[in-house]
Order: sequence, then structure tokens, then C-alpha cells
Amino acid sequence: MTLLQVSPSTWDWEFAREILPDMLRGLRVTVEVTVVGIAIALVLGLVLAMLRRSHRRAIRWPVGLMVEFIRSTPLLVQLFFIFYVLPDYDIRLSGWSTIVIGLALHYACYTSETYRAGIESVPKGQWEASTAINLTRMQTWRHVILPQAIPTALPALGNYVVASLKDAPLASSVSVVGILAVAKEIQGDTFRGMEPFTIAGVLFLLVSVPLAILVRLLEKRHAFERT
Amino acid sequence: MLGRDQYQALLDGAQITLQVSALAILWGTVAAVVLGVVSLSPFRPLRWFVRVYVEVLRGVSAIILIFWAYYALPLFGVDLSAMQAGVLALGLNLSAYGAEIVRGAVQAVPRGQTEAALAINLSGWQRLWSIVLPQAMVAVLPPYGNLLIEIMKSSALVSLISMSDLTYEAQSLRQNRAADSIDIFGATLIIYFAIALGITGIVRLLERRFGRGLDTGRAGTAFGAAK
Repeated sequence: MTLLQVSPSTWDWEFAREILPDMLRGLRVTVEVTVVGIAIALVLGLVLAMLRRSHRRAIRWPVGLMVEFIRSTPLLVQLFFIFYVLPDYDIRLSGWSTIVIGLALHYACYTSETYRAGIESVPKGQWEASTAINLTRMQTWRHVILPQAIPTALPALGNYVVASLKDAPLASSVSVVGILAVAKEIQGDTFRGMEPFTIAGVLFLLVSVPLAILVRLLEKRHAFERT
Repeated sequence: MLGRDQYQALLDGAQITLQVSALAILWGTVAAVVLGVVSLSPFRPLRWFVRVYVEVLRGVSAIILIFWAYYALPLFGVDLSAMQAGVLALGLNLSAYGAEIVRGAVQAVPRGQTEAALAINLSGWQRLWSIVLPQAMVAVLPPYGNLLIEIMKSSALVSLISMSDLTYEAQSLRQNRAADSIDIFGATLIIYFAIALGITGIVRLLERRFGRGLDTGRAGTAFGAAK
């Protein structure tokens, strides 16, 4: 703590420039993890949403409970669970796989709710008409329901892409060297926290704000098209 | 299985989790209401200020905010304890998301309500406090409940700045090999889930309380059903 007080408390541009390349490398890892994680989440979420509409209670209820449970507990603890508990059962995952699987599972539960809203917005008559023309349940999903449900859900799903990006720095807690881990490392080596953490915040804004604006534009355009 | 001592350690941690969450929710909610109302003010610079505040804070992730408050702020001469940094960061996060919810809900209160309040000569403050906000509450509560759960979940991040919350206690039990990891993290997740259920329950009660006498809200009203 004394070291912190001794160190000069002004912003050091030279130092900032020096650490920038490392920070950017960290950001790249963070973005990579997000992209892979959310891509899996978007597919898995759809599967979960379909399972929650299953005719069988033995499928519907456990899936529903699992979704609620995962949504209500911190991703950080879920990561620890994957990282420390699974090896006891001889499943050893790298930090990278841990954060990707963690993000994918966590956000699949969120996106499943969005898909569900999309599926519920498809009129009941569509199901009945499918039965009338003798489609199987799988055919009904594939050719009738999902083509209508997914476009409705799509803009809202964008919000979870942004949200998952914001959770991706948790990678540092399972020893993946993303943007936060780089910042922490620099802080540990130099005892200067101001530059690395401020740069981390600014770099983050540079990615997440344009992304959020893009999502909002998509939402607006979609709302316009539907009216 | 966990022994008595281990349960006690987790429960002590849960108490810190509740404390951090409650303090952050308390000040974050006050800030959210103020910012939400201010974002509708006729004074343009004020509106812009809120816009920027909301965009920036929603853009950086809670985890980076916490690290920044803990490691970077001291260099600006503000030395915060881990508790203060955590409460500050989580509250900032909450206020940004909360302000948007409050703004939307206030906008959704029919104009006629304000006009009628004006007609019976209520002051600006009375119009806001006794007429508009109580009605906005009905629309605020469901999304706000979800937000509170998000904040409670984010409070797990304070374990990374060495506050002995629930997640931190779980980690130290694991490091001391005090029990099997699956028992430790299983119990931890269940405690978090229980806290989330508690929050949902409280929000439901509030929904019923504020929905009473209005025929709009989803919540059942005392007289509405009979009509």
C-alpha cells in the first residue's frame, strides 16, 4: 500500500504507450473467447428453448430448472465449478475451454428465454395447420415455426452478444491471459494501476459501445419493418 | 460432505455478499431514480450528461469497473477499501441500467395523469412523487427485479479484490482442501440461487403492493378480478 502512495499520481503517457501493444493482445484474446462462446450459446439456446416446449414433462421441467439455476448464479462460480470440480471426475479442461464453455452455457440460458419469446409469438394456428398437413413435429419446427420465430428473436439476441463480451474478462480468473489478466500483470509488476486499468476500460468501450449501437440500430430497423 | 465449520464459513461469506449487494442496491437505486427522472428533464445539458453516463457505464463491464475503482482510483488520491470499491462499482453499474428502466417506465405513464395532477394544482414535486412515480413502479419492478439479481451475481466479483464474500470463502475452502470441490461449489451455487429466489420473492411482493388498485399491472388486484 505504501508503494502505491509513493508512486507519482499523474498519468504517464510514455508508460501508457509502452503497455498498449500488450493490452491490445489481451483484448484480442478476450474478443476471441467471446465470439466462440456466444456462437455456441446462440445454437445451444435454441435447443434449450425447444426442449422447454417438449411434450414430455421429464424433459421440460429439468431443463427449465437448469435454465433458472444457471441464470440466477454467478458466472464466476460456474467457471470455478468447471475448472476445479470436473477434474475430480477426470475431465480436465484448459482455462480457455473453461471460459468458452462457461460463457456458452451461461448465455445459452439467457438466449433460450429470448428464443422462447420468439417461438411463443408464432400463432397457435401455425402448429395446428402443420398437424393438419401431417408434418412431423421435427418438420414443423424446421419448416414452419423456427423460420418465423428466429427473425423475431434476432435483434434481442444482439444484446446478449454485448453482455457476454462484458463477462469475458472473467477469463483471467481461470488463468486465461485476456485484457484483464494483462492489466493485472502490469499492475503487479510496476505497481501502477492507473494506466493499465484505465486503458482496459477505454479499449473495452471502443469495442462494446459501437457493438451496442449496432444492436440498437438493428432493433430499430426490425421494429420499423414489422409495423 | 461439508462439515459444520465449512458451512459456517460459507454462510459468513454469504453475509458479506448480502451486505455488498444491499449497499450497492441502496445507493444505486437512488441514483437510478434520480438519473432516470433527470434524463427526461427539459434542460438539454442535463439530458446529455445522463446519456453519456449511461452509455459509458453500460459499456465497460462490472469487473473492469471494480478493478479500476480498486487499483486506479488510489492513484487519483482516492483510497478506497475493497468494500467501498465494490459497493461503488456495483452501484455505478446498477444506476446506469436502472436509469434506463426508470426512464422507460416514467415515459409509459399516460400524459393525462400529469395533466390531471396539474389541473388539481399539485406542485412539480408532488406530481412526480405522488402521481407519476407510484404508477411507474408497476412497470419498473419486473425488469428491475432481474437487474437486482444481476447485481447480486456481480457481487461475486469482489472476491477478486480479496473481499471475503461467498465466492472467496468457497475458493479458500477449496485451496485448503477442506472438502471435496463438488460439495463446496455445489453448496455455494445453491446459496446464490437461494438469495436470488429471495430477491424474486421480495420483488413479487412489491409488485402486488404497487399493482393494487390499478387495472393495468399484471399483478392481481384486490378488486380488479371481480369486475
